[in-house]
Amino acid sequence: MSQRLFRAGALSLALSLVFLTDAVIAAPTLAAAPAPSGPTVKIDNFVFGPAALTVTVGTTVTWINQDDIPHTVVANDKSFKSRVLDSDERFAFTFTRPGEYAYFCSLHPHMVGKVIVRPA
Amino acid sequence: MSDDHSTGEDRRGFLKCMAWAGTGALWTMSGGVAASVSLDQAVAAPAAAKGFSFLQISDSHVGFSKPANPDAAATYREAVGKIIAMPVKPDFIIHTGDITQLSKDQEFDDAEQIIRQAGLTVFHIPGEHDMLDEGAGKAYLDRFGKGTKGAGWYSFDHRGVHFVALVNVVNLKAGGMGSLGPEQLAWLQKDLAARPASTPIVVFAHIPLWTVYADWGWGTDDAAQALGHLKRFGSVTVLNGHIHQIVQKVEGNIAFHTARSTAFPQPVGGQGPSPGPLKAPTGQLHAMLGITSATFVPGHAPIALVDSTLAA
Repeated sequence: MSQRLFRAGALSLALSLVFLTDAVIAAPTLAAAPAPSGPTVKIDNFVFGPAALTVTVGTTVTWINQDDIPHTVVANDKSFKSRVLDSDERFAFTFTRPGEYAYFCSLHPHMVGKVIVRPA
Repeated sequence: MSDDHSTGEDRRGFLKCMAWAGTGALWTMSGGVAASVSLDQAVAAPAAAKGFSFLQISDSHVGFSKPANPDAAATYREAVGKIIAMPVKPDFIIHTGDITQLSKDQEFDDAEQIIRQAGLTVFHIPGEHDMLDEGAGKAYLDRFGKGTKGAGWYSFDHRGVHFVALVNVVNLKAGGMGSLGPEQLAWLQKDLAARPASTPIVVFAHIPLWTVYADWGWGTDDAAQALGHLKRFGSVTVLNGHIHQIVQKVEGNIAFHTARSTAFPQPVGGQGPSPGPLKAPTGQLHAMLGITSATFVPGHAPIALVDSTLAA
């Protein structure tokens, strides 16, 4: 964070304000839980939402299970695979290569989604 | 209670019968045709002496403690209490899967401790909730997998009836439903090959072996191949769980039936936002389960396994 603020100081006033705001909001969340910094996919009512998510290379996507029933997140090509996620548990994966990643819940395979990873 | 049933079903009797969350079905084999009565009826007056009986319980989800049922172990215990109270013991119990909620050792321990009280042999098959450990099913197979093949399938004979236990909850494919897989299907074909068509067959598996509701994955992708091997037999009864409600269907000589859960109800396929546990205030849980029993034929008349949705 301090490195970020230092960098921000060297930039324009407007930009530094953005970073400061970011720092103020982010700090308590970070203290409370490992808050996902990137986009999230919510598992709700046996549905991945959004069903299709587009991100750039290097993005970490976090899945959160909001159901009363455990789920998993498994890439069709097995490039990533969560352990079983009970209620409110999370799984994060950082996409390092562009491509389209179809995934599903291995317990309820009718639950499908995809992440489209674009070059940075 | 038996009075209520012998004079036909009335609302009071209906509610009384469902005054407990744990439900089970007593299956009676007579002349090769399986018929079922509710556990309460079985408690009130045991099945006729002819043939033999066995019990199906399903989806105990020991470890589940969400609002739909804060203590699934307690309702499982209640179900087992009903079995203990039966004046004539069934020959054995089959559990059609989802013994536990999360495949934890403690959950398996608790479940075993509860069912052991029944004092009967229990035949298990896994539900998807029983294969969630890091070893992808090792915890289940270490306990129940002795003498089984693959992910835990097996068969046995009992007093002239051939029982086949199938596993359709592993190696599921994206976008699909339950799956038996080629290895198990080949085993099934071999297992059945030498048996005369007059052998009554009982098949049990966790996920329904026919498509109850595809959008929620309530079916088995390659069930048709399994049913193909079963077609030539004069009497086939298919018993499943997974959907926590009674649904029946008859197709040729094959009668399909799904059992209620001892843990929590689920909505009728497609009715509601998801197949997740139906949440109700604690006091209404029994009443909700009671809704599904309305179509359960009361008394001792064998139920016809007809293609109707019994949950209402």
